[in-house]
Amino acid sequence: MAENPTTLHTPEPPAVPLDEHRLTPAAHLAGDMEAATVTGARSVSLRELQFPLQIGLRGEIGSESAQLIEKELGFELPSRVGQVTGDPMGLHVLWLSPDDFLAVDVSTRQQPGDSDRYIDALAGKPGHAVELSANRTVLELVGAAARDVLAKSCHADLHPREFGVNTAITTNLGKVPIYLHRAGEDVWRIYPRQSFADFTVRWLLDGMKEFAQDEVL
Amino acid sequence: MTTASSSPSRRTDAAPGHGIDRSQPITITFGGQKYDAFAGDSLASALIAGGNLQTANSMYLDRPRGILAAGVEEPNGLVTVKARSEDDIDETMLPVTSVEATDGLEAFYVSGQGALDPTPDPALYDRKHMHADVLIVGAGPAGLAAARAALQGEARVVLIDKENRPGGSLLSSRTAQIDGTDGAQWAADTIAELSENPDFTYLSRTTAFGNYDSNYVIALQYRTDHLEPKHREGVSRQRVWHIRADQVVLAPGAMERPIVFSTNDRPGVMLAGAARTYTNRYGALPGQKIAVFTTNDSAYEAALDLHAAGAEIVALVDSREKASEAATAAAERTGAELSLSSAVIGTNASVMGDRLAAVSISELDADGALTGETRTVDADLLAVSGGFSPTVHLHTHRQGTTTWNTEIAGFVPNDDVTGEHCAGALTGDFSTQGALDTGTRAGAAALAAAAANAGFDPGSGSGDAKAPSAQVADEAPLCGAEVKPLWLVPSATGSTDDSFVDLQRDQAVSDIERAYGAGMTNIEHIKRYTSIGTANDQGKTSGVNAMAVLAHMIGEEDLGAVGVSGYRPPFTALPFAALAGRERGDLFDPARVTAIQPWHLEAGCEFEDVGQWKRPWFFAKDGEDMHQAVQRESKAVRDSVGYMDGTTLGKIEIRGQDAAEFVNRFYTNGFKLLKVGKGRYGVMCGVDGMIMDDGVTMRIADDRFLMTTTSSGAAAVFDWLEEWHQTEWPELDVTLTSVTEQYSTITVAGPKSRDVIAKVAPGLDVSNEAFAFMEFQDAELSNGVPARICRISFSGELSFEINVDAFYGLSAWKLVEEAGAEFDITPYGTETMHVLRAEKGLIIVGQDTDGTVTPDDAGLGWAVSTKKKHFIGKRSLEREDSQRPDRKQLVSVMSVDKKTVLPEGAQLIAKDADPTPKKGSVQDPVTPSNGQVHSYGFVTSSYMSPNLGRPFGLALIESGREREGEIMKSLVNGELVEVEIGPLCLFDPEGKRRDG
Repeated sequence: MAENPTTLHTPEPPAVPLDEHRLTPAAHLAGDMEAATVTGARSVSLRELQFPLQIGLRGEIGSESAQLIEKELGFELPSRVGQVTGDPMGLHVLWLSPDDFLAVDVSTRQQPGDSDRYIDALAGKPGHAVELSANRTVLELVGAAARDVLAKSCHADLHPREFGVNTAITTNLGKVPIYLHRAGEDVWRIYPRQSFADFTVRWLLDGMKEFAQDEVL
Repeated sequence: MTTASSSPSRRTDAAPGHGIDRSQPITITFGGQKYDAFAGDSLASALIAGGNLQTANSMYLDRPRGILAAGVEEPNGLVTVKARSEDDIDETMLPVTSVEATDGLEAFYVSGQGALDPTPDPALYDRKHMHADVLIVGAGPAGLAAARAALQGEARVVLIDKENRPGGSLLSSRTAQIDGTDGAQWAADTIAELSENPDFTYLSRTTAFGNYDSNYVIALQYRTDHLEPKHREGVSRQRVWHIRADQVVLAPGAMERPIVFSTNDRPGVMLAGAARTYTNRYGALPGQKIAVFTTNDSAYEAALDLHAAGAEIVALVDSREKASEAATAAAERTGAELSLSSAVIGTNASVMGDRLAAVSISELDADGALTGETRTVDADLLAVSGGFSPTVHLHTHRQGTTTWNTEIAGFVPNDDVTGEHCAGALTGDFSTQGALDTGTRAGAAALAAAAANAGFDPGSGSGDAKAPSAQVADEAPLCGAEVKPLWLVPSATGSTDDSFVDLQRDQAVSDIERAYGAGMTNIEHIKRYTSIGTANDQGKTSGVNAMAVLAHMIGEEDLGAVGVSGYRPPFTALPFAALAGRERGDLFDPARVTAIQPWHLEAGCEFEDVGQWKRPWFFAKDGEDMHQAVQRESKAVRDSVGYMDGTTLGKIEIRGQDAAEFVNRFYTNGFKLLKVGKGRYGVMCGVDGMIMDDGVTMRIADDRFLMTTTSSGAAAVFDWLEEWHQTEWPELDVTLTSVTEQYSTITVAGPKSRDVIAKVAPGLDVSNEAFAFMEFQDAELSNGVPARICRISFSGELSFEINVDAFYGLSAWKLVEEAGAEFDITPYGTETMHVLRAEKGLIIVGQDTDGTVTPDDAGLGWAVSTKKKHFIGKRSLEREDSQRPDRKQLVSVMSVDKKTVLPEGAQLIAKDADPTPKKGSVQDPVTPSNGQVHSYGFVTSSYMSPNLGRPFGLALIESGREREGEIMKSLVNGELVEVEIGPLCLFDPEGKRRDG
């Protein structure tokens, strides 16, 4: 019997003061997500991460700006499509385009001012650091059948030979533009913009349903 | 309804029945009559086993017809299948040969026309993407051999097949053995063996219906129809597979052609290969006294199989002059008379019914004319073979070309599609060993190419793959001079009216003759003139025959010179529901919602679709209709205070040393001198000088700007900025980041808005002196949430915009609600926003503009800098045409009766337009039926205004500004209405209310 998928989800970081005044974009569907969990050989479950820090970073690789960003990060920026640097369970950076990156920290909840040091580091230099924690939500699809659920609406090649652990791309889930990050063997993070969160969760829950049934070949 | 089949069973144990499970009897009801069948039967085989091969009559000529084929090419038998369960609906126009018989299934024939079930289809349809190194289409001997050869090392191999079990032609064979195992068993064993590799996928009941660039193949899979009917939550009935393959092996086989002769459409005329399939695959004998009419050797294999299964072979009619080995052997073993250089020239039914009872046979002379005596032989089945057409459809979907091969009398694919490998009968090699050999070669070649492209390890598959070995008794493959096509058998009467080419369209040789007589010599023209090939079966049995008849008429011997009618997807008909997939109902299209959506829903607001956004349209209270709600909301904003969710406005952060220069190049007005902490309204034009977007841009720091765009233009403006930066001005130090979704924006507008903001952001000095119009301040809201508050107005009122990180949006909205309660703060939607801005003459890009409106046309001449040396669109605005005084200009319009709300789009015509013009009148008429009507312009926006106490609108009118005070006319619901032209801004033209 496969591991219960809910135990594979990224642990929830502790709450912070302003949390009582904010809601994740799919908070209203948290119960539906919980109820849709499938266990067993075709396990799959869906959760929304709680306010991970997200910072948009812009800079040409190798430039002074990139180096200043890397100094703040403590590791290098990714330099090719699909690459993710840093710790997928902590602070890491997704490659979006040759000079466009998203720093994400899933081990902490965003608080005002968290991105200031990156903004300050670039003072007077080209490039950009932008607080984007509310721009996209991070959904986490976990389990043995997670890849099959994604394959129902994502046209990217997600086979392990082509899409290893800790690979991330920009793609579409059906009609929703997303970032997709394979954070673990069976752990997939999906980043829709916040206005698409409601639809994306309902879309994924719909795609998960069949895995609770006997397999139809 | 009768309770048992009235016909005797034609089921025989003397044939293998590879495709049925005799241990699993089932019952179907067809046309109200019960038929015993077995699991694995098709509807057609179940009916034939029940002794009934007659279908509905033809659609146009009402002629009796029968089952002709055993596969998707069937032109006659079309059925409606009744809903299998509560999760299903009736489905129609399905070939009787393609529907799998299941226990309890009910169906009936339709005559070329089915009725769609009007009940909503509760079944699920979905889609799945798959990537393969090698995709193989067809699980016959060639496809299976290809799969064995390709599934090596790290290769990912997908094998799709439209049948319910693997084997293809092996299922129709009595004697085929592969590597010493029964052919059908070998096929099943091969699938089982390959399936042990997790990188092998076999999809049965899956038809590849389209083949697109870069080896992108789309296939329809029937997933549940063959299973016990029960509700399976979330499980799709049909799935559309989107398969992207590095290499494709096509092994779809070939389709047999009928022969064109007089009365060739009678029930009981069947393709020889189909008769063989019904016998060997399904153990169902389609006739008892069988005549065979052929142009090639393949039909003798059928004759021997039918004979072995217990049928009497009554005649062997062969177009060729010399008896081939196969012909001689068949004549000997079946005892039937062999007629060479002969043809069946007609058929007869018995007096008892429509089914074939006898065939007429005549000799042909060297020129193909009838000669000698005609003899008649009693027969209940005529098995015909006009040769085989390789199934080139998927190849031609890719613009692959074909060549007419005279040896097999068929079109074969040329090797001109990248990453495609053809195998089996498709290549023109119809032998089982040939299929195994070409399949093995194709599979190995595909593996090698894919491994090289994708850089994976092909394992041992890079070497020479060894093909399995076939042993087939009595196999009579087509080859060499052994085919003598008979494209058009002369009719004894001279009439070709009943020599049918396209059975589903009821088109005969005489129809092609008529097209030819009308001057058409191109097959594409003939097809459209006659409709041949355009029915539900897409001419699978008629295409080549129609070309051959044409070739015969124009005296062209080489069919390749007549040209082949290319095939388009889909290969077989498929339901729209399958293509729609899950994109129905709630999942039809993403509805983008803001963080404040839960509140809007609770408030029972009506939504307006703006692009993909759901925007609150109006908030009706206590049974109000839209009009009443909007009147109340509009008045509340002007009298006290209202608040609106403005989140959807596009927002772009622009940063860099050259950010001011960059922004300045887009807007028609100046932004370089904009001070930090201030914002400015800007108009953006395309290179043609026409308005493309507008919005307020704020300077957050020397090197940082926040640009806002219209809600629906956000993505286009972002792309526009990026394009100019990346292609024209890469030297500018600037980066762009979309932050539309980072913020929730709440507009608080009205005379009391300052009081509300003072409560919401207690630390903020909201006085006019400290916080002027078009300024912004960073502030902390009373709940501790950080915000950026701007003084911007789209209503002419004192107005603020609160921006918070989107996840705080709902709590900020509730804060405003609480703070505003004492002023009876009113939520308002986009309709009220439209009314308020129109009262002020402020445009909405895309509503009051249409890509032909300059800033000056829209009354925004003041926003076009005369000092700037350059901005996008400047040169176009300096053109003479852009400055014509008679351009359409935006003005206000008011119905003189103060009651009529002009419809948006209403045309404005001359005041003296004459409803009943006399001859010679110089006045414009009112309606075009009386002559030319000059439209001076049209209404772009129109509302009832509670603040003006009358309806009003905005309109684009020729020389509009000069016409202020003029009366024009408009035809509204058939009545002429007088309309007064006014200034663009009707409410508070001095702008006194802006500062509160």
